[in-house]
Amino acid sequence: MSLGLLAAAGGEEGFTAPGSPDFWQPLFGTSGALAVTRPAIVLVISAVIIMVVLSVATRRLSIVPGKGQMLTEATYGLVRNSIARDIIGSKDFLRFVPLLFSCFTLILLNNLFGIIPFFQYPTMARIAFPLVLALVIFVVYHYLGIKRRGLGGYLGSLLPPGLPGWIKPLVFVLELITYFITRPVTLALRLFGNMFAGHLLLLLFITGGEYMLLHSGSLGLQIFSIPTFGMGVVMTVFELLVEFLQAYIFTLLAALYIAGSLADEH
Amino acid sequence: MQLAAPVFAAAAEETTPGDPMYPILPHLGELIFGIVVFAALYLFVAKRIVPRLEAMYAERRAAIEGNVEKAERAQAEAAAALDEYKAQLAEARTEANRIREEARQQGAAIVVELREQAQAESDRITTAARQQIEAERTQATAQLRQEVGRLATDLASRIVGESLQDSARQSGVVDRFLADLERDEAQGVSTR
Repeated sequence: MSLGLLAAAGGEEGFTAPGSPDFWQPLFGTSGALAVTRPAIVLVISAVIIMVVLSVATRRLSIVPGKGQMLTEATYGLVRNSIARDIIGSKDFLRFVPLLFSCFTLILLNNLFGIIPFFQYPTMARIAFPLVLALVIFVVYHYLGIKRRGLGGYLGSLLPPGLPGWIKPLVFVLELITYFITRPVTLALRLFGNMFAGHLLLLLFITGGEYMLLHSGSLGLQIFSIPTFGMGVVMTVFELLVEFLQAYIFTLLAALYIAGSLADEH
Repeated sequence: MQLAAPVFAAAAEETTPGDPMYPILPHLGELIFGIVVFAALYLFVAKRIVPRLEAMYAERRAAIEGNVEKAERAQAEAAAALDEYKAQLAEARTEANRIREEARQQGAAIVVELREQAQAESDRITTAARQQIEAERTQATAQLRQEVGRLATDLASRIVGESLQDSARQSGVVDRFLADLERDEAQGVSTR
């Protein structure tokens, strides 16, 4: 609404509000569906950075950690101990630590890229990437469940025990929807939505502020651009929190789903 | 979808054909990138990073357990040493008590002995003094007797030598004699 107002107050061009097209940034190849896009490149860079940093940080590990090792260990320990071990249980959590650690570091770095200068693109704001990760988790936890009980046993185990007979079909359908649709979709959409909306908000404040300052030609709007930039800064800090939180939540939920498939009872 | 379409219509017009019209639909190229990159990262982390970190964790656990064991051993040794010191201390205390008791007894014995010795010495000295006094008295008596004899002889010779007519002179003689006697006596005292 205020954007329309701004557009009306602006010059001949008017202000164009940022939207989803801002996230479409093909770099090479114009064949559309297979174009190499900016987020794809950012994703590759992030993976390379993670591999190099981890490789260097773990080259000479000592029992008494140094400063660099401390940071690596803190990150690894968060995923390994606070998430994997506490949720999956100390018996066989180690199998899933690589998966969870890869997820966590990849999501975290790509989220942080949203506010790191020159990258400034939260890769997870493109649905394809959260979808890939959610699908991996989806496949893993279903595979674990089916491997453990067989397909029939696994589907049967979705039903909580001790229900009266007449309600069983209804609950079964609900559980089926939860396990096969709600979980992967929410896992992907939660991450995507947070990154997408957050970045859109930053774009709005910063491009809006820029427009008001440079192109509006109105003193009132130029003055008003200062709090707008201020909000941009505040939202950047807020984004930092959200970026970390989303990486953590995604990993936490992945661990929860895996733990659910490994647990004896529902 | 058809409801949402107009909202993004402007966007759809601007984009290349490959871009999905809605941000909620995945782009195929990115999907493939995502799968490949994640698979590569997963393999790298699983094959290299996690084994290194886990090896270090195991090593650290071993080191900590080793340290705990070492500390327990050190504690046991310290406790043993403490017991030993306590035993030695108790022994030393008993020994000190014994020595002190002995010293007290010896001291008492020495005092008694010294007292006896002193008594004997004093007895001896007393006896010796008494004997000496006796001897001196005997000697003095003998000397006195000799002196008295000589004095008597002197006196007699003087009496005989002087005329006895004048009683005044007679009394003078006697006075002189007595004075002589006294003088001799005084001389005798001073010479002794």
